Amino acid sequence: MLAFLIKRTANAALVMLAVALLAFLIFRFFGDPVEMMVNEQATQADRAELRERLGLNDGFATQYLRFVAHAAQGDFGISYRNQQDVMTLIGERFPATFELVLVATVISLVLGIPLGVITAVYRRSKLADALQIGSIVGVSLPSFVTGILLILAFSVSLGWLPAFGRGETVDIGWWSTGLLTPSGRAALVLPALSLSTFQVTLVMRLVRAEMLETLRTDYVKFARARGVPAARIHWRHALRNCLMPVITLTGMQIGNLIAFALVTETVFQWPGMGLLFIQAVTFVDIPVMAAYLMLVSFIFVLLNTCVDITYAWVDPRLRDDTAKAGGGNG
Amino acid sequence: MTPKNLALASALALATMLGGAAAQAENVLKWGANRDIGSLDPYSYGDSFTINVLNHVYEGLVRYNRELKIEPALATSWEILEDGVTWRFHLREGVTFHNGNPFTADDVLASLARVSDPASPLKGNLPAYVSAEVVDPLTIDITLNGTYPLLLNDLTNIHIFDKEWLVEHGAEKPTDIGAGVEGYATYNANGTGPFMVESRQPDAKTVFVKNPGWWDTPQHNIDRIEFTPVTSAATRVAALLSGEIDFTNDAPVQDLPRLEAAPGVNVLEGVDLRTVMIGFPFRETLASGAPNPFSDIRAREALYDAIDLELIHARVMRGKSRVAGATVAPQIPGYAPELDSVPAYDPEKARALLAEAGVPEGLEFQFNCVSDGLVNEEQFCQAIAAMWARIGLKPQLDVAPRAVQTPKRTNGQTDIYTLGWATLPMLDAYSPLLQIFHTKEGNAGVFNWGGWSFPELDALIDAAGSELDTEKRLAMETEALAIVKREFIMLPLHQQPMAWATTDAVKQMPLFPDNKPRLWYAQM
Repeated sequence: MLAFLIKRTANAALVMLAVALLAFLIFRFFGDPVEMMVNEQATQADRAELRERLGLNDGFATQYLRFVAHAAQGDFGISYRNQQDVMTLIGERFPATFELVLVATVISLVLGIPLGVITAVYRRSKLADALQIGSIVGVSLPSFVTGILLILAFSVSLGWLPAFGRGETVDIGWWSTGLLTPSGRAALVLPALSLSTFQVTLVMRLVRAEMLETLRTDYVKFARARGVPAARIHWRHALRNCLMPVITLTGMQIGNLIAFALVTETVFQWPGMGLLFIQAVTFVDIPVMAAYLMLVSFIFVLLNTCVDITYAWVDPRLRDDTAKAGGGNG
Repeated sequence: MTPKNLALASALALATMLGGAAAQAENVLKWGANRDIGSLDPYSYGDSFTINVLNHVYEGLVRYNRELKIEPALATSWEILEDGVTWRFHLREGVTFHNGNPFTADDVLASLARVSDPASPLKGNLPAYVSAEVVDPLTIDITLNGTYPLLLNDLTNIHIFDKEWLVEHGAEKPTDIGAGVEGYATYNANGTGPFMVESRQPDAKTVFVKNPGWWDTPQHNIDRIEFTPVTSAATRVAALLSGEIDFTNDAPVQDLPRLEAAPGVNVLEGVDLRTVMIGFPFRETLASGAPNPFSDIRAREALYDAIDLELIHARVMRGKSRVAGATVAPQIPGYAPELDSVPAYDPEKARALLAEAGVPEGLEFQFNCVSDGLVNEEQFCQAIAAMWARIGLKPQLDVAPRAVQTPKRTNGQTDIYTLGWATLPMLDAYSPLLQIFHTKEGNAGVFNWGGWSFPELDALIDAAGSELDTEKRLAMETEALAIVKREFIMLPLHQQPMAWATTDAVKQMPLFPDNKPRLWYAQM
């Protein structure tokens, strides 16, 4: 088990290094940050000097190694645009993204699981057909379109919910939460709904598929024969056996949601990490882009590693070196 | 209801009404901008918009008034001393910073030192500055590197900090990203301006409140500005329609009809000072290595004749732009109406000129445009590329973000390019003359991406740059602009449209052609 743990951790570290390498390869095509930092009246000499001071004239390998050496000590530098320590900057934005992802996940479970059960149990009904078609729309609508439609309906036409922002927040230590104020909760509704659309349909389709399979199993048949009420069979006995993959999927999807939140955050001006990243791209703010990519890949790697380790712990066969480790989809 | 309860109830009702009235009396302007300011430190990032917003908090020695003419602000008067290079400024008495510290000449000195620090990205805004000397607490001498007529224009954008405050918080030097230092002034502000910073959450909200101790008589009646960036254009429009914001300084062009039709929303449209131009390469060869035909004036003229400016104005810019023949807008000192004549669209003449210049049929060249730059830039570039194709050329349209295109432009890796120039922050024709049309040397010609050199033009620009007599200087600038026009160095297309929008809550919002909101002139 120890050998397995060490191997997984080493793998994770390698993945992180590779991500950083890829990131630095890509940054070269983003353009020149200096052109965005100085104003029109700066001379060519000023520009060249600033480029030199930022170390942008160094070779690619030098820049990459310097970044890795600093990052290993937890130092991601100062944002070119915000002039703030990058880790502080990301730390300030993390709670907003996390709360959004958390609420979106809760919505996806609360809506997705019952809908999945309904479409499986009443699979020949009109309602199930309608839900299935609806779920295709949900999967295929890009989240910025959903976002804009929600804003049009609930902010512009009905005037119920705010179109942008995070409302009032309360600071608890370094964590800022919008869950404790009415305006914060109101502001959370639309972005969370928009972010969860895809997730709801995903959970619904997964639960449906699992349910269909479970409903064919012998114990369900016996329960029916014994006269157990249908609702009890479906919602209690059958559903329970479907939840394992749903939990795994939800856990794995948190990484995706954090990464995809950047579209939702841009539409709703949600002050999270995604918005920070989008702006960093516009202004070629390399330290912020690098740190964000590292953080997101870290979250992915962490989730995958945890899942793998859990699986190995649950199923000793997976500890064997020859067996393929883990079932992560990341 | 017993009399006692009744009395209590009416007292309560009265209190509620009074409370309501008091809340209403506070005028809160909710400003939805298209992006956030970079920081609370105007000297941290060479960004005109950040400086513009922070101008509500910090002020310069002089400022622009409603007509964009320079008027005294923290300095009340000034004169040029006998040596011709030293300017003496007499400062306003009784001005205090937001923290209560008095404003003195030491503050000016500290601010000038800060902005001209080698690490300051804004030092180019004060190109002629050499040193400053405090004469007495309300007088300061600023020494320049030569006679220079545009110091006041430059000073409109040099915000004055409180020296004691800077020293107390170790912020005498600007933030140096290269050295990895954060700055106190990035998060905090202490100016002399009409508004004070109450709080700031980057990307979420920055709140400004009225400065009750402002030295000037306020022409605004705003008590509080809530500045919120809303980057997504569609969301910004929605927020305006639902009344979540009262004002935006960037109403998207495609949504203007909808905003105009909406009840309770007013669109303020105007023409920006920014002149959109097309520039040519003057090097030996094109980026592809082929010989460069554009150093021949006939080829440049041909390309201008082949552009249907009216069509671009009517279709691409939806009739909202102003067709331009001059390289500066009419409001800019140095402009003359005779420079503004526009050639007739004449593809036949263009073909003839190309043949005369010996430009081969089907010549390929790069046409470099920016996707996040000017208004509808991608569209007008496509239109122009098609128009040039009609006279037998093969422009290779290359559209990408500014950060990607600028290095190509400065390194000569492209041929023909677009450029928008608003003469900011100087608001004078000297700005494009020095920075675009002058030969590239020292401080001059930073935007001379084509690499041209016209000694006659340089001589005029240099002479204008040290002429203290305004009339003579402007005559020289006009003459220089005439050379630019005659030589077809750059082809002006139009001044681009700008649009702001407010809800009915805003009674008065003066629209400035430099596209900078100045809310100290706004009324709710």
